[in-house]
Amino acid sequence: MSENPTPNKDLNLRQGKTSSRVIEHFVAPLEETPLAAIDNVDETSAPLSLWADAWRNLRKQPLFIISVLLILVVFVVAIFPQFFAHVSPSSCSLADSAEGARPGHPLGFTLQGCDVYSRVIYGTRASLTVGIFTTIGVLIIGGIMGALAGYYGGWLDIILARLGDVFFALPLILGAIVINQLPSFRDNRSVWTVVVALVIFGWPQIARITRGAVIENRNADFVTASKALGLSRFAALLRHVLPNSLAPIIVVASISLGTFIVAEATLSFLGIGLPPTDISWGNDIANAQPQVRNNPGVLLWPAVALSITVLSFIMLGDALRDALDPKARKR
Amino acid sequence: MLMFTLRRFLQLIPVFFGATLLVYFLVFATPGDPIAALSGGKPMAPAVEEALRAQYNLDQPFWIQYGLYLKNLVTLNLGQTFSGQEVAAVIGRAYPVTARLAIMALAFEAIFGVLFGVIAGLRKGKLFDGTVLVGSLIVIAVPTFVLGFVLQLVVGVQLGWARPTVSGTAPWDELVLPALVLGLVSLAYVIRLTRASISENMSADYVRTATAKGLSRRRVVMVHILRNSLIPVVTFLGADLGALMGGAIVTEGIFNVPGVGNLLYQAILKGESATVVAVVGILVIVFVVANLVVDLLYALLDPRIRYV
Repeated sequence: MSENPTPNKDLNLRQGKTSSRVIEHFVAPLEETPLAAIDNVDETSAPLSLWADAWRNLRKQPLFIISVLLILVVFVVAIFPQFFAHVSPSSCSLADSAEGARPGHPLGFTLQGCDVYSRVIYGTRASLTVGIFTTIGVLIIGGIMGALAGYYGGWLDIILARLGDVFFALPLILGAIVINQLPSFRDNRSVWTVVVALVIFGWPQIARITRGAVIENRNADFVTASKALGLSRFAALLRHVLPNSLAPIIVVASISLGTFIVAEATLSFLGIGLPPTDISWGNDIANAQPQVRNNPGVLLWPAVALSITVLSFIMLGDALRDALDPKARKR
Repeated sequence: MLMFTLRRFLQLIPVFFGATLLVYFLVFATPGDPIAALSGGKPMAPAVEEALRAQYNLDQPFWIQYGLYLKNLVTLNLGQTFSGQEVAAVIGRAYPVTARLAIMALAFEAIFGVLFGVIAGLRKGKLFDGTVLVGSLIVIAVPTFVLGFVLQLVVGVQLGWARPTVSGTAPWDELVLPALVLGLVSLAYVIRLTRASISENMSADYVRTATAKGLSRRRVVMVHILRNSLIPVVTFLGADLGALMGGAIVTEGIFNVPGVGNLLYQAILKGESATVVAVVGILVIVFVVANLVVDLLYALLDPRIRYV
């Protein structure tokens, strides 16, 4: 909305504030009505996009700031654990078995004499790796399936939607247990087998959300316009439909990242997730289980770290949902 | 309505076949032989192996195996566990326990979830609302097995208010603590759902009309707002009952509840493939039927929704 190059008299008159002529009013003067506020809007400024608007809202929200700071800390700890813990998590001495806290070892020792604080710090990486790569995996598979089903509709939609229902009929944990028990998975256990098992049963949720968002946008005017301008159907999906469908997908992805971290810990806790030699919160909680009555701290601290990490991703998703849905915000 | 029921029912058929096929394929058709694993690494006598393969139909082509499995599933002829018990009888013993647990967890979710959600939704932004919101976030973030351990330790062992583990017959009173743990996460979702739904309906036109024509606040809330807000909550609870009836592997494991989840987990750990596919097959049927019931319930509750 730039300045009209040939401003005519009527237009000047309409802008009550700048006009010096006195107009006889039979209703309330323009300045006293809410219409004045509309006239005061700066028409030359660029309209805010959904994302810019969301950002303006987000940076004032304490929930968002806290969760982003927490997630940053978790990332730094996962990448550089040696900066935070000076004791190796695997140099354990049975002489320290189940000892309490002492200087240099703020959280005490496990039954095997390992430093609890150091294990909590070094366990961050496994949980975060599983969470992030599982989320990327479900975004790729679920995103492609959902976008194709929603955009093209018809038979493709029916087949892909039923396929998603088939995987949805088995709960995430149950499906992952079955997959992880397959000999080829059981004998090569690592972070990646857990990621693959969770992706196989986790993608339908993202597919459903993507499908819904794409259906909402596929008949929008800007998509019709882009096709009228000669864009192919598929290019319109990539360039216009998908970018406009991202908001709900990002919200769900952020929340499910937290649930995938919990799922990994649950699988490790059940003894069929990460290999027992890996240092992870789930493994440590499972190992602490027999001693929980004598030495509850060994179970408590990895659980606290896990919960704070999951909580920060869920809070981030919550804050993003509020910011990206202007309708919900005004209430 | 009849047509809709029929159509939804028809849509469930491919889901049922797909999910059972998926599980059967994962357990029996992937590399690594459940029969070879039985003898624990030593070579098995060929005659014994033959007999075992014939017993589980593993000597047939894959599609025939799957067909026989489906036939057995539908006729509830589920075969035997490796220790010689009838799988149908084992499931028959475990299911009432899981059902008791699920009903109690659901009642806990429904009563406290709706109560807290309504109060929070009516007083949005106040102290109670904030406390409930933060509390529900924490409950969602803490894994079930941690919640289970902490409650088992504090309530069961230190305070001695409840038995820390459930005995073999699993009477109602011993299942209260496990049901509490099982229902806590869904409780948080019910609270958030109710709260959002209430606060959305508070600004609806029909509520303003009801207030304007002089109805008491109690009547506006209890009759007008609540009734319209509970539809998504009831749907969630219905879907949750379907999930809970599938057994809670983690909760049942912690409290040693002899239910379906525990049975399934033990079977998976022992590599009892026949039991696993039988139990999972039944769980898929339960889940699929529960979803159908929820869909129909949705249409019954909200007269604005017309299925043709």
